[in-house]
Amino acid sequence: MLLARSIGATILIGGCAATGRDAKNSASVSPSASSELKDPAAFAGISDTAERSGALFLEASRVLLHPRCINCHPDGDSPYQGNLPQLHDPPVSRGPDDRGVVGMRCNSCHQDQNIELAAVPGVTNWRLAPREMAWVGKTPAAVCEQLKDPKRNGGHTLEQIVEHTTYDELVGWGWKPGAGREPVPGTQAGFGALIAEWIHTGAQCPVQEARR
Amino acid sequence: MSIRFRLNGVDRDIDADPEMPLLWALRDLLGLTGTKYGCGHALCGACTVHVDGDAVRSCVVPLRRVSGRTVTTIEGLSADGNHPLQKAWVDLAVPQCGFCQAGQIMTAAALLARIPHPNDSEIDRSMAGNLCRCGTYQRIRAAIKKAAGTTED
Repeated sequence: MLLARSIGATILIGGCAATGRDAKNSASVSPSASSELKDPAAFAGISDTAERSGALFLEASRVLLHPRCINCHPDGDSPYQGNLPQLHDPPVSRGPDDRGVVGMRCNSCHQDQNIELAAVPGVTNWRLAPREMAWVGKTPAAVCEQLKDPKRNGGHTLEQIVEHTTYDELVGWGWKPGAGREPVPGTQAGFGALIAEWIHTGAQCPVQEARR
Repeated sequence: MSIRFRLNGVDRDIDADPEMPLLWALRDLLGLTGTKYGCGHALCGACTVHVDGDAVRSCVVPLRRVSGRTVTTIEGLSADGNHPLQKAWVDLAVPQCGFCQAGQIMTAAALLARIPHPNDSEIDRSMAGNLCRCGTYQRIRAAIKKAAGTTED
């Protein structure tokens, strides 16, 4: 269980406080190991399509709400770092294009790949998610609704979200963060498959209280 | 592997490992020791130089990343030390030990090139990643404003 009190958020990873519909899902699908991500087939036993859809998203939320992801989906103008998470050091601001300010651009330090000796993470197109895509402090249900809202998902269709989650290099960095950082669970392909099946089953959201 | 880039107005070819940090190439291969090694983790700003006009931390920039690009170090900021920031730095006696000052000036120069008359907030945000263990921050900000012509000093 990870508690992120410093930013007013409570994020539960590995534990399960499921109620209602998701309690039923939990009874059907055993919890994942912290470093693994369930395959969509693991949810085939949930006969109700809407319930299965919500359960698929709940599993995918273990990636979406992992520190490697939410640190750059901040709730303000500065990213976070580490697993607590804590504010980015040195202090940086998102600037007008979510890539920093003059003199302190993201790519002033972050390169096109991790710099292992300096422990500086990097990949092509390193940047912050726009403010309307803030995930810090959100529940899986809230992030689910965000992802479906073109005003808060960068104007993407659901199909484009599958493409983004499955192939985007910056998303993929979460599985190879370097320098001893904890990667997000599973694989990018597996994560993309969960998102694809979530959409295929109607892109239903888990109940508000559900956590993974 | 030979990597060509334009350094302080002169084309240079460097035969080196493409993953070598730019800072190493500047200091050890090219003898430009004005740019300092501080932390080696892009955390202090002492190694700041310009690549195509943008301030970057040369301790973490692989040499391959500057291939075909323009690099400016403190030695190339002006022909004879007469950049407005350099003059303001001297006028206000900004440095104490001086180790961080090349990085400070290079970040400030990138700022003024984009925002000629920055306010305090803009200065603070742009300079936030350049540390000074002597604590000369107030003089740094004053010198930037003097160079920008926004003070009467």
